Amino acid sequence: MTITFTVNGQPRTVTTDPQRPLLEVLREDLRLSGTKFGCGEGQCGACTVIIGGKSVKSCITPVAKARQQTILTIESLTKDGQLHPVQEAFLAENGFQCGYCTPGLIMAVAGLLSEKPKPTEEEIRSCLEGHLCRCCGYPNILKAVRRAAADARR
Amino acid sequence: MKTDFPTHQNVAPEYDEPVDPMNYEFGLNRRNFVQVLGAGLLIVVSPTPALAQRSGGRDGSDRNRAVATRIHIGQDGAITVLTGKVEMGQGSRAELTQAAAEELQVPVSRIQMVMGDTGFVPDDGTTAGSRTTPSTVPAVRQGAAAARNLLIELACQRWGVERNTVEVRDGKITHATSRRELTYADLAQSGDAAKAFEKTIPSDVTVTPVAEWKVLGTSVPRPNRRDLVTGAHRFPSDIVRPGMLYGKVLRPPSYGAKLISIDLAPAQAMKDVVVVQDGPFVGVAAPTSFRAREALEAIAKTATWEPAPHPSSIEIFEYLKGRARDGVPQNPFADELAAAHKAVRQTYHAAYVQHAPLEPRAAAAEWNDGKLTVWTGTQGPFGYHSELARTFRLPTDRVRVIVPDFGSGFGGKHSGEAAVEAARLAQAAGRPVLLRWTREEEFTWAYFRPAAVIEAEASLDAQGALTSWHFVNINSGGSAVDTPYRAGKARSRFVSSEPPLRQGSYRTLAATANNFARECFMDELAAAAGADPLAFRLAHLENPRLRAVLETAAQRFNWKERVKNKAPGVGVGLACGTEKGSYVAACAEIEIDHSQSAIVVKHVCEVFECGAILNPDNLLAQVQACIIMGLGPALREEMRFADGKMLNPFFRKYLVPRFSDVPVLDIHLLNRPDLPSAGGGETPIIAIAPAVANAVFHATGTRVRAMPIRLPGMKEA
Repeated sequence: MTITFTVNGQPRTVTTDPQRPLLEVLREDLRLSGTKFGCGEGQCGACTVIIGGKSVKSCITPVAKARQQTILTIESLTKDGQLHPVQEAFLAENGFQCGYCTPGLIMAVAGLLSEKPKPTEEEIRSCLEGHLCRCCGYPNILKAVRRAAADARR
Repeated sequence: MKTDFPTHQNVAPEYDEPVDPMNYEFGLNRRNFVQVLGAGLLIVVSPTPALAQRSGGRDGSDRNRAVATRIHIGQDGAITVLTGKVEMGQGSRAELTQAAAEELQVPVSRIQMVMGDTGFVPDDGTTAGSRTTPSTVPAVRQGAAAARNLLIELACQRWGVERNTVEVRDGKITHATSRRELTYADLAQSGDAAKAFEKTIPSDVTVTPVAEWKVLGTSVPRPNRRDLVTGAHRFPSDIVRPGMLYGKVLRPPSYGAKLISIDLAPAQAMKDVVVVQDGPFVGVAAPTSFRAREALEAIAKTATWEPAPHPSSIEIFEYLKGRARDGVPQNPFADELAAAHKAVRQTYHAAYVQHAPLEPRAAAAEWNDGKLTVWTGTQGPFGYHSELARTFRLPTDRVRVIVPDFGSGFGGKHSGEAAVEAARLAQAAGRPVLLRWTREEEFTWAYFRPAAVIEAEASLDAQGALTSWHFVNINSGGSAVDTPYRAGKARSRFVSSEPPLRQGSYRTLAATANNFARECFMDELAAAAGADPLAFRLAHLENPRLRAVLETAAQRFNWKERVKNKAPGVGVGLACGTEKGSYVAACAEIEIDHSQSAIVVKHVCEVFECGAILNPDNLLAQVQACIIMGLGPALREEMRFADGKMLNPFFRKYLVPRFSDVPVLDIHLLNRPDLPSAGGGETPIIAIAPAVANAVFHATGTRVRAMPIRLPGMKEA
């Protein structure tokens, strides 16, 4: 099956089995390795990308569902060497340990802030609950997310 | 090739266990080195690095190692530091960079750290056992100090001045009276420097005293952090090689099952699919991982297996106890117990748990002219290197293991399965192969933190003092098995058993189970003696460092008030412990959530001391992480298995800590600049589970003597 979508602003076409997880198409066909595999069951959030403005777990999304959609991955956030404010916030607060969950978290938070520039604590919490950091670096991640939310409110 | 997927094997029973010696040959030549590190970086290659390699201690000491094996200075002044340690989120890259920057007296931005590439770095041992701080940081400091001294000597020779007339700062050596200066880069351009760096690192080289530290002791962030937030960093599972295929390996349907027959034809008929059978090893490689899965599923359907008996997790504790080697040892102080004012006996259990590193095992393997290169996430690059050489019958100089900073380990990545598998597939395919385990494979075929049965007996006199102590750990290990308390006649020991699952390391390994049992038992003894848990511990504790963390934690937590003013359904508990040269105490407040039938940890105050602190922010992050990670096995994590199959090999059924589990944390780091630095990434985990169990007793009056801690009637996670 031939599937066309827009990835990070570029029109892309892939010919592939429609059942393949979007994550694998991004990583193996388009060589966008910033999006990670963590569980394959939608439980850890390491594979989070933004499709049509909403954050989505790409490991449980068949590529066919992304047809004609606009997809953003972590690689889209840095523009001309300028970090996205959420990336800046994670850097400032050291919101990572091994860093494997980081791209997924940053995409989820970037998605949240673009949908809701003034998220409540409740909304922040519910956005993060779908993400695992096995290093358990949660305190610094929370600081980074609150910093990003405060910056977005300004 | 022989590939073992053993179930009766201890891969790494203890961190500190001596590793098999290896005859490592350092087959380095200048051309290769320049290609990897970038032109201009290299000034010297020791002609005898192989000798230096062999002589260097596996504990990370640099006995008889040339300065060049550790430090290189480029003609542009860029400094490259080489280490066999790896970075998996614990902060070794920052701390080793600080160590070199401190001694070379340059900003950290000038240092490039090359880690875990067996083609170039010295063997610093496995990254485990909290050894980077006490072994490798000093080794890097000595290497860097030796390099600095050599460069100073060269400058003095060139100027014909006395050594005590020059100063070094920011990579510049200055002779103030003649207003002359030379940079490291200037000196690196001469052949003299190359020759000088062939010298052995003197074992008595003086390093900067703590009081004069400018870089060590400060919160230097991770040097490659920008690549983590942009997604540019290539983890092992992100490696791409030209023409690379994706691999997938057949797993038995249950532990111990033997492959009787399989028909490879369905996969062989698929276009672009490579199929390998080599004894019990069956795997495929294909242009996409989806295709590889399809191919493997096609042949897996045809496989017949002979199952083997395997115990279930429900009976695991009787199983392990029944198989204790030479039986469970008798208490030699039985007389003491019989004559005691009070005697207490209890048994504690800890379930099998998984590390569940977020990046599953992954490796890319590539063969070129009979040489094997693998990129993988392992805590033991050199152990892995030997394993590959042995498996493929290669001289060690034909193997290279490269360890990019990887997605966490926690003691769970000491072994080399994915690389061996990828290498075998790549050998058959004649192309590079990437193999990444699934989460289910990781939960089933990786190794586990061992389950434990711990039997404790102690006696008290009429004054409430301990008079005897007998403590036996069956199966999980000897870390922190000895009691730090004054307990009269005391014996503590570890007895091995016949574990039905692969077992190995974990953050502090057995110290979590041993400290859980001991600290819960101390609470029971305090109750038997009619004493407050804090007072009872202090009455039996002499070690001033352990006393200091315990007293500080109790004070910060306001223990004395909170233990008295008890609210319904709420409890407080405390615990302390020592392991790997560091000291920890925790006080916890928990609440019983009857609606959800759960124990909720509300507040944790933990005090930690590991000598002179190298990097306060990183240490704080490690302590926070240990507490939160420790809540998993304390409250919910346990591998459940029956009929040789894992019943919960998924994150939806194996519940690791999430954001909502994070309690209010009050963490205090006791800095002791007068003491040598010990590692801090492990020991902070050992106090949380017993503190929680003791708080559950305070809240409910029920003693729970098992991890995970579940009250009667509470369901499995």
